[in-house]
Amino acid sequence: MLGDFMPILILMAVAGVICGAMVTLSWVLGPKKVTPYKQSPYECGVEPQGDARERFPIKFYLVAILFVLFDIEVVFLWSWLTVFKTGSLEFQVFSGAAVAVYMLLWIIGDAYVIKIGAIDWDEATSLAPEKLGLSPDAEAA
Amino acid sequence: MIREQPIPTIDWLTLAPMTTVVVAGLVALFIEMFRPKQSNGPIVTVSVVGLALAGALTLAQFGMEPGPTFAGMMVRDQVGLVLQLLLIGVCLLTFLFSDPYLREKKIAFAEFYQLALWSTAGGMIMVSTTNMLMLFLGLEVLSIALYCMAGMDRKQAKSQESAIKYFLLGAFASAFLLMGIAYIYGPTGSLDLGGIAMIAAMPESGYLTMAVFGVGMLLVGLMFKAALVPFHQWAPDVYQGAPTNVTAFMAAASKVAAIGALARVLSASGALQEFWLPALFWVAIATMVVGNFAALVQKDVKRTLGYSSIANAGYVLVALLAHVKKPDQVPLTTALFFLVVYCLMTVGSFAVVSLAAKGGEEGTRFQDLHGLWKRAPFAVGCLIVFVASLIGIPPTAGFFAKLFIFQDALSTGLVPLAIVLAVTSAVSVYYYLGIIQATFVSDEGARKTVSANPSFGLNLVCLFCALAVLVVSLAAAPVSQWLRGSTQLPGEAQARSELQLDSGGRVGAR
Repeated sequence: MLGDFMPILILMAVAGVICGAMVTLSWVLGPKKVTPYKQSPYECGVEPQGDARERFPIKFYLVAILFVLFDIEVVFLWSWLTVFKTGSLEFQVFSGAAVAVYMLLWIIGDAYVIKIGAIDWDEATSLAPEKLGLSPDAEAA
Repeated sequence: MIREQPIPTIDWLTLAPMTTVVVAGLVALFIEMFRPKQSNGPIVTVSVVGLALAGALTLAQFGMEPGPTFAGMMVRDQVGLVLQLLLIGVCLLTFLFSDPYLREKKIAFAEFYQLALWSTAGGMIMVSTTNMLMLFLGLEVLSIALYCMAGMDRKQAKSQESAIKYFLLGAFASAFLLMGIAYIYGPTGSLDLGGIAMIAAMPESGYLTMAVFGVGMLLVGLMFKAALVPFHQWAPDVYQGAPTNVTAFMAAASKVAAIGALARVLSASGALQEFWLPALFWVAIATMVVGNFAALVQKDVKRTLGYSSIANAGYVLVALLAHVKKPDQVPLTTALFFLVVYCLMTVGSFAVVSLAAKGGEEGTRFQDLHGLWKRAPFAVGCLIVFVASLIGIPPTAGFFAKLFIFQDALSTGLVPLAIVLAVTSAVSVYYYLGIIQATFVSDEGARKTVSANPSFGLNLVCLFCALAVLVVSLAAAPVSQWLRGSTQLPGEAQARSELQLDSGGRVGAR
């Protein structure tokens, strides 16, 4: 009944067994001579300093998430191009137009990100102080 | 070498409402790029005009030939159109009272409007497709915008908590949905919901287990979005922590979209109902009971309304079950009517609750409503109408909505559900009246802040919702007649009699 899916089930089973075996066996068979130095966290071979749970600027996160977004964009372009090059002219025009709309959305998003200074590496915000409710004018508005 | 790639025929009118909403969001984003200083006025104007246009485009499609377009990616039918219109209406109503509230809260970020518009577009996609991948896409567009909006009050720990909780649990639920889609795609090679009926029609193929499993996972994903017990835990926390206008939008729009999608999935898998009907039967009972009883002990108005929305999801699930059990006898109208009324009541009540914000502070406990009667008599008057409707007191639309569900449940043999509905509704009187009572307490000592003066937009929202709740009840019969139009999902009757046909007759091209 599940004949079609047997190979993938076998693959999953094999992967599970191999991973489980490697972790378990090395844990069971490996020699353990515990010293305080071995127990300390590894930090590029030097003595660890300070606490690992440090706060760092959210800008890193913003840059990372923007990178992921634009990375994903390329993934879609790639799969489109593989059918584009073998398609008929009619299809090329149609799909080209569709992708143009798709790219336009990205460009507007990109323009927004740059215009509001989301990737500028300083702590300033491009929002007017009135918007943040910092000025008494906001009360009157 | 040239390969023939199919080019789908496109009925642009079917796509027009969603496109309009998305484009309105893009234009609004373009305006915000230049960081206008004081006011969000232009952005609100663009958004409202865009929504009105989308609403008109949706209305224009009523009575048109239903059918799929875009290679079966989107579908036009009465159910989808009604729900699309409802989503547009919810977004519009939310926008009308949002700006004064956001300014009072000192979080007047214009990004709210674009996110809400795109979220609405996602919901509109969800309710008008039978393609599971489009369903997933719509759900994600709806949800991701909501995650951001929930955390918009970024300096408040509660708002951050709400966003991260919603995001983590929502991502988990989406994974379930996606896995369910994979389980149905596996044996059929089709992403259309009709694939479910195809498998059910061929039990000897041996894929029945996979289909049941897949449908189960689809249901889990959607039940999470609709906040049905036992997938409801996020709802009260998220509703409480998110800014009140976001809560209003979330409670109404995300529920409409999820219930709309749930209706399609349940109808498409009607042939498998012997498996899931008993489970959903108990889900409905648990939702009504937990929602109403947990609301009794809440100390926060937004949490109470959150539990109330869980309970309401339970009521509408009863309507869905009655419909799926006997689709020829019980139309989907009851559920649609309930959703319309639910949106009016919910958006209206949250609009009144949003008055609690003033000068960057906001308290939403019951004592923070004290004295509201003196400060905003009109809003409280409307709140009384909403609460009466939520309870289900006769002259309001809420009464008829519940009555129709009660009748449907009785006529399809779901008697226990009808009884639980009636009993839990009676229980709900206590906490709903508690909200009203709080507004009449004259001692304002316990308040965190004084309440804001109701803006013109807020009064307009209150007036519209209250009038609609009353008018819809007076016109309950014609309105439900109008909704009835052809509120059977296409191909449902055939799917029952000749199971090899899917819902729409266009699947099976492997």
